[in-house]
Amino acid sequence: MRILVCVKRVPLTGGKMVLTEDQQALETRHLGFTISPHEECGVEEAVRLVERHGGEVTVLTLGPAEAEEQIRDCLAIGANRGILLQTDGEEWDPQATAAAIVEHAADHDLIVFGNESADAGNFQVGIRVAHALGRPVVTGLKGLSVEEDGRLRCEQEVTGGRDVYLVPLPAVVSVLEGINLPRYPSVPAKLRARQKPVERHTPARPEPRLERLRLVVPAGQGKQAEILGRGPDAAPAVVEVMRELGVA
Amino acid sequence: MVLVLVEHDGGQVDELSLQALALARDLGEPAALLVGGRQAAAQLGAHGVATAYLAEDERLAAYAPGAWARCVEDAIELIGPSAVVAAGTNRGNEVLAHVAARRDLPFAANVTAIGDDASGLGATRVRWGGSLLEEARLHGPLPLLSVAPHTVAAATVNGGAAPAIESFSPALAPADLVVQVAEHVDAVQAGVSLAEAKVVVSGGRGVGSADGFGMLEELAGLLDAAVGCSRVVTSAGWRPHTDQVGQTGTKVSPDLYIACGISGATQHIAGCKGAKKILAINSDAEAPILNSADYAVIGDLTEIVPAITAELRRARGS
Repeated sequence: MRILVCVKRVPLTGGKMVLTEDQQALETRHLGFTISPHEECGVEEAVRLVERHGGEVTVLTLGPAEAEEQIRDCLAIGANRGILLQTDGEEWDPQATAAAIVEHAADHDLIVFGNESADAGNFQVGIRVAHALGRPVVTGLKGLSVEEDGRLRCEQEVTGGRDVYLVPLPAVVSVLEGINLPRYPSVPAKLRARQKPVERHTPARPEPRLERLRLVVPAGQGKQAEILGRGPDAAPAVVEVMRELGVA
Repeated sequence: MVLVLVEHDGGQVDELSLQALALARDLGEPAALLVGGRQAAAQLGAHGVATAYLAEDERLAAYAPGAWARCVEDAIELIGPSAVVAAGTNRGNEVLAHVAARRDLPFAANVTAIGDDASGLGATRVRWGGSLLEEARLHGPLPLLSVAPHTVAAATVNGGAAPAIESFSPALAPADLVVQVAEHVDAVQAGVSLAEAKVVVSGGRGVGSADGFGMLEELAGLLDAAVGCSRVVTSAGWRPHTDQVGQTGTKVSPDLYIACGISGATQHIAGCKGAKKILAINSDAEAPILNSADYAVIGDLTEIVPAITAELRRARGS
């Protein structure tokens, strides 16, 4: 099975959102970078499918040159090769992102996305790619396996249990964190990842149709907790608060 | 006219769809679209809906995102709306994304407010699970919007009579039904549900180990609370992912959220900021969680949590 996993480089935001002066981006000078937990589980799921059924996993990202770091992280989990669609660092809107991915997606049996990116959370790139390729798409998966008849068994967690979909390949899916517990790459796996092939393309960015004007930190960030006390002596004050809230 | 996809269950309109209707009324007069749900449609007059369009077909009995998108597309043809709105639920976002993909239209997910703008429709939407907002503009002939849950209050209108019901048969194609729920597997709910608990006792890295959660469970037992955790804890394998509170876990809204040994990364706060009050128990008085919490106790949680449990027992005289 040939599987393509699409991921997005995003900052590790820590405890506070700080914006650049022009309000166009997060201030990332002091931050590390990662991919969404959903996408990390997507890479792990793809690697597990290939370990079970054979095939190859390709990891694709649209992002700045530095996003090669995130591709290498995915190669260390066990993906075989990478595709970097290199941008100047400007974020692309979901329609443009999907169109760029479609150019490199057609020869894969399964295309895997995270349910939504950690930062923009547009909930649509995978569905747009599926429609452009004329393929079925199932989102928000907490379970994924291949049935004996070759169809994909896709499971969603819903109120009161699980909904199951059975779809033919080729297909597109998006997964949620919790579908698996991703492995920690070993040191040899990280070293091997450095040698794996990554091809680069530089697509042209179309005009955005969902145009980001500016970012705003919501009100409420930065309040200060009332200190009820220090150590176990604070227990009576805590129980008093619970009484006031009607939960004790 | 603004077309609003209204979700319902067991004859009742989903609360999040009522919130979507409230935001839609800022854009124009709402017309509702329901997939089945005649009984639910009758309740919509109080929310400003004059006409409810019912898509009816026996093939719609089990959810199929492509089929629901077809219903939305047919309703668009029927009434020619100026915008299409849904709740920012799994289904609302999924169905609008299908419509957007088919018609090559822009779609803004999880919008909290809309505004007029000469060069397109302005929308404020959430990023990072609500830790950041984005002001955006949609360029297209028909804007598609979903409404971020619990950011707009549902509102009734005076004298809303029961809406006129217009039922129609959507032009479903076989391809619309390739992805459809084939089976539902019931799960047995054990203990208090995290999403619905009135109190959540949650642990982070500071709890130290899987065994360390024993004292949190004891306190939770006394408070009829659910036990939650941060992402660090599930990544370490101390607790299952179903216990994780956060942007990529469960969003909770208890009366009291007790964060034990949780530093307060934005990933975590996105999942617990719906709590009425947050109590942080942390050894670090500078931890970011103190900027999101209402109350804090500073010190070693392995001493503080058992002391709270003991104090509760003492106060109850047992």
